[in-house]
Amino acid sequence: MKKSVILLIFFALFILLVSSLFTMPIENSVFAPSYNATTRYYIENSVRETGAINLVAALITDYRAFDTLGETVVLFTSIVAVVSILRVSKKTKGV
Amino acid sequence: MDDIILRTISRLIIPFIEIYGVFIILHGHVSPGGGFSGGAILGTSLILYTLVFGVEKAQKKFSHKVSDIAESGGILWFILIGLVGIFVTGYFLTNINAGFPIGEPGLLLSAGMIPLLMIGIGIKVASTMITLFHTVIEEAHHGSA
Repeated sequence: MKKSVILLIFFALFILLVSSLFTMPIENSVFAPSYNATTRYYIENSVRETGAINLVAALITDYRAFDTLGETVVLFTSIVAVVSILRVSKKTKGV
Repeated sequence: MDDIILRTISRLIIPFIEIYGVFIILHGHVSPGGGFSGGAILGTSLILYTLVFGVEKAQKKFSHKVSDIAESGGILWFILIGLVGIFVTGYFLTNINAGFPIGEPGLLLSAGMIPLLMIGIGIKVASTMITLFHTVIEEAHHGSA
């Protein structure tokens, strides 16, 4: 009984998700929500404003440089955590 | 791993891997790639060295002291370049307005601060990979001994 109810709920969710999938705009469509004024602005102005012909590099290290700094901080924090737990030093040798 | 074929081939191939990594880091603004991917290639070459020649020899090439400096140096370099923008224009991480030369788009020396930031990211990613690997491997050595 309980199992069939759960299965029914999952099936309803599945139908919901699949039906919403068909209403999504296809990739490369002009009407896709991701293709908006921001995209056009970057494509038209990034070379003039940053001097980099690689648009991805211009985005991650110029327009979104603060975000990249955050990613670098994530790397730094992870390495600090791992090293503080695992590094073998002379002090921890007896433990 | 003490294998003569492995050692000879690695000794031949590691310099080329490292040159390719440095190439990808430095050409991040003119071709696909950048600090993250180039740093990953550099770190992989160092991991290959550790796998073939052992941790003791690799520690002499890339010791904990060097990794400490590379780790903190990469991120401090990034913040330092951002601070140039603060002192010149008042905004953090400003590129052209902060006076970095834009150059001619498409050449190696162009795009202002982007190559400088790529170098910092590349050093950071490479040293993160190799430090993680060394730390885990040493811990395993220490635990089994």
